[in-house]
Amino acid sequence: MSDTPQAVVDERVQKQSKLKKALIRPELGSICGTILVFVFFFLVAADSGMFSAEGTMNWTVVSAQFAIIAVGACLLMIAGEFDLSVGSMIGFSGIVIALMSVTYGFPMWVAILTAFAVAMAIGWLNGYICVKTGLPSFIVTLAFLYILRGLTIFLSIATTNKTIIGGVKEAAEGDPLAALFGGKVLTGLFSWMGEQGWLATFKGGSRAGQPIVDGIPMLVVWAIVLVIFGHFLLTRTRFGNWIYASGGDAQAARYVGVPVDRVKILMFMFTAFCATVFATCQVIEFGSAAADRGLLKEFEAIISVVIGGALLTGGYGSVVGAALGALIFGVVQQGLFFANVESSLFRVFLGTILLLAVILNTYIRRMITGER
Amino acid sequence: MSAPLIEMIDIEKHFGSVIALAGVSLSVQEGECHCLLGDNGAGKSTFIKTLAGVHQPTKGEMRIDGKTVHFPNARAAIDAGIATVYQDLAMIPLMSVARNFWMGREPQKSVGPFKIWDADKANAITMEEMARMGINLREADQAVGTLSGGERQTVAIARAVYFGARVLILDEPTSALGVRQTANVLSTIDRVRKKGIGVVFITHNVRHAMAVGDRFTVLNRGKTLGTAARGEVGVEELQDLMAGGKEMVQLEQSLGGTV
Repeated sequence: MSDTPQAVVDERVQKQSKLKKALIRPELGSICGTILVFVFFFLVAADSGMFSAEGTMNWTVVSAQFAIIAVGACLLMIAGEFDLSVGSMIGFSGIVIALMSVTYGFPMWVAILTAFAVAMAIGWLNGYICVKTGLPSFIVTLAFLYILRGLTIFLSIATTNKTIIGGVKEAAEGDPLAALFGGKVLTGLFSWMGEQGWLATFKGGSRAGQPIVDGIPMLVVWAIVLVIFGHFLLTRTRFGNWIYASGGDAQAARYVGVPVDRVKILMFMFTAFCATVFATCQVIEFGSAAADRGLLKEFEAIISVVIGGALLTGGYGSVVGAALGALIFGVVQQGLFFANVESSLFRVFLGTILLLAVILNTYIRRMITGER
Repeated sequence: MSAPLIEMIDIEKHFGSVIALAGVSLSVQEGECHCLLGDNGAGKSTFIKTLAGVHQPTKGEMRIDGKTVHFPNARAAIDAGIATVYQDLAMIPLMSVARNFWMGREPQKSVGPFKIWDADKANAITMEEMARMGINLREADQAVGTLSGGERQTVAIARAVYFGARVLILDEPTSALGVRQTANVLSTIDRVRKKGIGVVFITHNVRHAMAVGDRFTVLNRGKTLGTAARGEVGVEELQDLMAGGKEMVQLEQSLGGTV
């Protein structure tokens, strides 16, 4: 056929304004939520030090923790699956690192690489069982939530008779790989800003003159890198399209040759990778690993992702949205503490935000996808 | 007449002790719309899946351009130029038209060390192909969910044609559609046929079949009852063949000829 396409204007095709088009996006709910939360805390907690350098660093670190696991959970959810074993995986990876390095005396980098390898192997197993049996990942990973938590406690009691293994900081001293998870960047810039009097400095003691906030923790760097990576992967690559397709309709995707099983298994492995990044940063920061670390983290990750506009049943969502969800989560959790609000109210606040965000997101999604 | 694009000879398919297909023959010429008619349970779905490489026939022969072929899987059939548009699995509503159009074959371009999905090229070609099929999109990244059922089928057909299908199998493309949308899909079938592509149009609606079909094959209880060319057979006759004759005539009389 040689007829060229004609620019016939169909009277039924509605014109959309640029502004509306720019606004109607999956992240809109979480953008509104972020603005709302910041305005709220500016009003109630501005004089509490929440927005000073230390205060900002405080909620940034907490948000970054949520963001790291939210990126994995987000991509996995868009691919149509859940991972409820994230929290247990965090505890497990931490204990693996501490056992290998402190108890068995391996170099830190060996311990860290082992933890990543073991965690990703478990992620692979999670995914393999889900795609091969066709069971809902909710059940399969719920099983691993218990299996991993139990194994973690057993491993640490059986080898050290304790559930907390300390001495990681000493073992990590001078290790190149550990520095990638435990160090701080831009320390020079921060001490320079301290000298200029732009940042609060210690008034006395051994660190007198140094800034109280002396750099950006690697945890935050990891969060930023993972968010950028996840966003790029999802929106700018062929693989990203396969993630959407696998979650949107696995059978339709298979019919056109998308390797759905491979995509899903890889996303389970990536979620395990993110959990291990979280665990490694935490273990090196605290200097110890505990068998009960990461409790309920899987739900916090899922909440961040859902606030960020992802559809619980897959096929739709945004990594940037999930990162904003994590930011909302972190700011609310720490902000209520700064505002001196009774801590039990945190859950009330969080539940309310979750509900509002999901309702708003549902309307936005219907506008975009034409669902009825 | 040259060798048919595709030829199925006495295809049988057994699932354990269940005989789903008991001798089905059908051929499609270039630029022909061959309608496969059959009531529910006649074996249409099994036959399509055999043609598309999802099932392997128990007995019988498949030929493409006169050469015997064997499809071990769906991919092999697609590579041989046989594209299938399934009734409800054609598109993913949450994804954009362009992302659906290119799903599984996304164009890539290199940016530094990365290979990224070439959205501009994908969008431009999608808009162009859609316009050819008579669908004016607002933009290529609008979600498929915003399209009507007929438009979705058309996107799926346009995709198959663009990626070089020689034989297009349409599984009941009109069964869930309204009058206007059905007309759109039927005219799409007509455009595709004029490009020299062979179309296998599966339906249980005789009127839709009569509107575009060149030849008609009726499938009943896993067997083909024979093939007739356009003009050799009427609506009533096809209707009878599909339903198995006698009882249908009685039913039709009691309903006053409305079926």
